[in-house]
Amino acid sequence: MKLSVWTYEGPPHVGAIRVATGMRGVHLVLHAPQGDTYADLLFTMIERRNHRPPVTYTTFQARDLGADTADLFRRSCTDAVERFQPQALMVGASCTAELIQDDPAGMAETMGFDIPVIPLELPSYQRKENFGADEAFYQITRALARPMERSDAPSCNILGPTGLGFRHRDDVAEIAALLADMGVEVNVTAPMGASPEEIAELGRAHFNVLLYPETAESAARWCEKELGQPWTRTVPIGVGATRDFISEVQALLPGAKVPSEARLRLPWYSASVDSTYLTGKRVFLFGDATHVMAMARVARDEIGFEVAGLGCYNREFARPVRALAKEYGIEALITDDYLEVEARIRDLAPELILGTQMERHIGKRLGIPCAVISAPVHVQDFPARYSPVMGFEGANVLFDTLVHPLVMGLEEHLLTMFRDDFEFHDAAGPSHHGGQAVARVETGEGPAPRAPRGISGKMKEDEVLWLDAAEAELKKIPFFVRGKARRNTESFAMERGLGEISVDTLYEAKAYYAR
Amino acid sequence: MTEMPHINSGGCVDQPILRERGQHEVFCGLTSIIWLHRKMQDAFFLVVGSRTCAHLLQSAAGVMIFAEPRFATAILEETDLAGLADAQDELDREVARLLARRPDIRQLFLVGSCPSEVIKLDLARAAERLTEAHAPHVRVLSWSGSGIETTFTEGEDACLAAMVPGLPRGDSSNLLVVGALPDVVEDQARRLLADLGIAQVDWLPARRSDAAPQVGPNTRFILSQPFLGDTYAALERRGARPIAAPMPFGEEGTTAWLASIAQEFDIGPEHFARVTEAPRERARAAVARATETLAGKRIFFFPDSQLEIPLARFLARECAMEPVEVGSPFIHRQITAPDLALVPEGTPLSEGQDVDLQLDRLRAAAPDLTVCGLGLANPLEAEGLTTKWAIELVFTPVHFYEQAGDLAELFARPLRRKAALHLSPNTPGSARGWPLAGQPS
Ligand code: SF4
Ligand code: SF4
Repeated sequence: MKLSVWTYEGPPHVGAIRVATGMRGVHLVLHAPQGDTYADLLFTMIERRNHRPPVTYTTFQARDLGADTADLFRRSCTDAVERFQPQALMVGASCTAELIQDDPAGMAETMGFDIPVIPLELPSYQRKENFGADEAFYQITRALARPMERSDAPSCNILGPTGLGFRHRDDVAEIAALLADMGVEVNVTAPMGASPEEIAELGRAHFNVLLYPETAESAARWCEKELGQPWTRTVPIGVGATRDFISEVQALLPGAKVPSEARLRLPWYSASVDSTYLTGKRVFLFGDATHVMAMARVARDEIGFEVAGLGCYNREFARPVRALAKEYGIEALITDDYLEVEARIRDLAPELILGTQMERHIGKRLGIPCAVISAPVHVQDFPARYSPVMGFEGANVLFDTLVHPLVMGLEEHLLTMFRDDFEFHDAAGPSHHGGQAVARVETGEGPAPRAPRGISGKMKEDEVLWLDAAEAELKKIPFFVRGKARRNTESFAMERGLGEISVDTLYEAKAYYAR
Repeated sequence: MTEMPHINSGGCVDQPILRERGQHEVFCGLTSIIWLHRKMQDAFFLVVGSRTCAHLLQSAAGVMIFAEPRFATAILEETDLAGLADAQDELDREVARLLARRPDIRQLFLVGSCPSEVIKLDLARAAERLTEAHAPHVRVLSWSGSGIETTFTEGEDACLAAMVPGLPRGDSSNLLVVGALPDVVEDQARRLLADLGIAQVDWLPARRSDAAPQVGPNTRFILSQPFLGDTYAALERRGARPIAAPMPFGEEGTTAWLASIAQEFDIGPEHFARVTEAPRERARAAVARATETLAGKRIFFFPDSQLEIPLARFLARECAMEPVEVGSPFIHRQITAPDLALVPEGTPLSEGQDVDLQLDRLRAAAPDLTVCGLGLANPLEAEGLTTKWAIELVFTPVHFYEQAGDLAELFARPLRRKAALHLSPNTPGSARGWPLAGQPS
């Protein structure tokens, strides 16, 4: 048993629903109790879909338990096929149905439908949402795709985008346009937008573009083995990765053209002097492995941040994430417990967090600005406007996304210079986002006298006393680094066994930690 | 006193109900935890379930999940399924850790889920054992919010019913109001009941465990929510006597609800009129504004919370709407009788659900407003129907006089919005909308 309040991933059957909802012409029959239909609202609300997910839930109840549930399952399949007339039927079980052992797969296969029936194994007590999506797509591909003659024109498939994917809609558009620029046609995009008929045609493509390893790596590997299609290893997030991706495609298709970079603005924006202040800002990255690994490169090599820490919640990718962290000289955090993530962020005290919806809230709590770079996300991260994170336009989007939460360069400068002016005061907060403007409180006097601390009682061991002069000096440090300065100075003092912090201690600590 | 409507016959009381079994598009009882934990300030709700249960709570609680909520899920893992003895040990360990971390907790609810029910994990026994282990500081109770046994608000019923046997015994003739209401609403009702002159009014659930109400043979209780059938029965078993009344929605509902109490406590009609006159007037005026939008509009209810019948009654009688189908997950004949008596005769009623068949009926009826869950609302809007999502009716203060206008407004707003927008949404399936997956191809 594991106590949990917040989960980064849903159960595996939610992954299967993401695949089914992304596709056209399939229907998923899920053996599940009434109540599990809550998952529908992820698609209709967060992703704002205008149709019900193509899922029939058997919604068995306690009174059905026993032989009845198997019957219910069969009836649900018959009804779904009759009503929705899908080209293929997927069947699976949610966590409860897994326990009652009705064997949906076996039952559906013997029902004699004249459409393909694709059974899914979704081990709810071991695996999670991403696994469910990967497994569902793999099983569909395995069931429907067959080797066939390659298209005359150079072509590829785009694999991985699903329902409820972070920016999948626009990433696909961006990468398809990039490939078109290179003279490569997209044969099939799957699962998102694909019908079973189109899955059957996967084999026509010359190679596969794997956009999201989390949701389609198994299918890509199967295609490699059974259809002889190589697949791209670089996920084109950021300028460098997009260029590498282009080279990879050119290696696979030597005739492919070099796409235009005319609309790419990140490199110049990043080089312009307004961005100088971004240099060495310490960031912490957390999310799914693919986004974290790609964004780390953008953060360090394209924006000039220092990557202070990184990690992912999907254990399946622990190894590459650890390897990457090592390259960055840091230790990866592999966990699905947000309390551990919060603790790590607190320890590292970064100036910016790049994470999921959860890290956004952690950032709010700790007063650290945050940008969202990975699922799980809420409704605001399924935007109406075009906002890919892949390809060249994606790079532009990323520059804005990563920089906006921070106080802008010139502004940061002014804030320090005119720190005592009435508008640019300390309490205004570190970010334009989230915090509400706080009016300056005019006291007219110096800091209020501090309550005397226990004179006779022993001081708590891990407590150091700030002398008033040092406290006043600390206030002169810009507020966005003050928290770090305070912590650094305190640990500096503690390590040296100093009970008090004077102005000198403050500056000694500053020199000690200078980078 | 103004003439009280007749409440035990007429209307739809004896009308046949369409009973359906098929796919239900509803929440399970675990969802109740989201409002129960706000109400019971020293309680913690520990769901013993799967990742699905945790994910459901997270999806339904939305941003609340970040506010250090007093609920969590003990997610069953493979090893727990292998040996039930071990699962009990694991539970003890997790509970001990939790209580050490949250010393402010006085009541702990072990909440059963489908997985824990199916593997027959005995939470009742676990609760006894844990109560002993953590006495006297913490009391541990158990109930089931599983989807196989409970639908949405029935979770609250299961929770309150589990509390009833442990309530202290008392002989005073108190009034017990049953159902978790937002604090502001509870306070309004307290004032009204005090003004009527009822000496001792208690609430189930109480805000804190040390304020738990007494029950005894002189206790009379009244429901403030229609979905409390098991709690009703449990209180009767403790000798308390029920007061039948329509639910306190709208001016008429609130008045009838108070009048049933007044009758029971021998409060004179003049005094009753004096106390209720001003708030009745306010409520009528507030409802009248929304009624301009609602009058003559046809409304269709999908089953969700069991609030559907009293709400249909309110909308039909006070806002002049026409209910074309009133679906409810479960219809408790006795409890709903006073409301059913006031629903226009001949209104089609349905219990349970076969969602696809119900959608067929909906499309045929083409109502002006459809009350449904969040999984259906946007798809129906995309078909051109106007919807009001139902969960809001449970999360928002809607009971009693001062909320009557807000309640009507909740239904009027989608209609006014429809009229205010002068852009038709992208047609489904267009390049900019979503493709119509899952439709007949
Ligand atoms: S329906 Fe059952 S399995 Fe699903 S979330 Fe509710 S209690 Fe958990
Ligand atoms: S913003 Fe997120 S938490 Fe809030 S209602 Fe929407 S989906 Fe739920």
